[in-house]
Amino acid sequence: MVFRIADTDLNSRFFLGTAGYPSPAVLQQAIAASGTEVVTVGLKRQLAVQAPGTGSGDFYALVRASGARLLPNTAGCRSAREAVALAQMARELFGTHWIKLEVVGDEHTLQPDPFELLQAATELVREGFEVFPYCTDDLVSCQRLLDAGCRILMPWGAPIGSGQGLLNPWALRTLRERLPGVPLVVDAGIGSPADAVQAMELGFDAVLLNSAVAQAHDPVAMARAFQLGIAAGRMAFEAGVMAKQAMAVATTPVSGRPFVL
Amino acid sequence: MMPITLNGAPQPLPAGSSVADLLAHHGVAPEAVATAVNGVFIARGARAHTVLREGDAVFTFQPITGG
Repeated sequence: MVFRIADTDLNSRFFLGTAGYPSPAVLQQAIAASGTEVVTVGLKRQLAVQAPGTGSGDFYALVRASGARLLPNTAGCRSAREAVALAQMARELFGTHWIKLEVVGDEHTLQPDPFELLQAATELVREGFEVFPYCTDDLVSCQRLLDAGCRILMPWGAPIGSGQGLLNPWALRTLRERLPGVPLVVDAGIGSPADAVQAMELGFDAVLLNSAVAQAHDPVAMARAFQLGIAAGRMAFEAGVMAKQAMAVATTPVSGRPFVL
Repeated sequence: MMPITLNGAPQPLPAGSSVADLLAHHGVAPEAVATAVNGVFIARGARAHTVLREGDAVFTFQPITGG
């Protein structure tokens, strides 16, 4: 089922990170197995003069060859100023105005800094970027990002790379209910396909994950497992999950006890 | 010679050199990197007329994997 995000029609609700795979070949196979149409990439301060087909150039060539859209990030930024400059560089280097805006405010949790994030988002929207802000699940700061012109929100499920799953389902459910129609992507913290299913059943539009696939014993198989889970979770959301009941409700339509009249 | 830094490393450069000159000196293809001077993005088209001054900090960025 096609869905639309940032004026783009996508079939896959699985956004995949490209970092930490055992090899470029495994990354390439994982991208293919995942069915993803959006992959995240980064920028690093370096000046490697490389022959084509070697080093990081090799990675970039195969990612481009996958046909997936690129979503560059501003990983490592600690201030709006840094993030804006890095976004500008990403736009030129990767040839896309999409930016996963990351501005970290705490070293231990890598929690987004809501104030610097908002400042950077405001500036980048003004400059014509499609900002995908990596944000917390705080409703009011999410609303401020929308006020600033963001059209997509990417709240965390848990700290980056922690694999802890959705630590605050209530907050995510609240975001979904309070921001109907806004594309919401759970970004970070997803550890297993069960977590992705949960996010999709909550009505999130997509999930973005990296470590859960890259660190699996078999990343290619795990990419496929996530693809199936995300599709199943979305289908369940659209089908409508039954209401929970406090006590048992008999399923089989018998008439009382079989041998008692 | 005029001292600047390139990705944090001291780098003597002839006075009047531009960002484009610096990249050419290192044999870097213009489209292979994105550039910043003192934390400000310098677009590809602006490198040739961005003349470096003593103490400038030049950074170059390249694509890497990312989450």
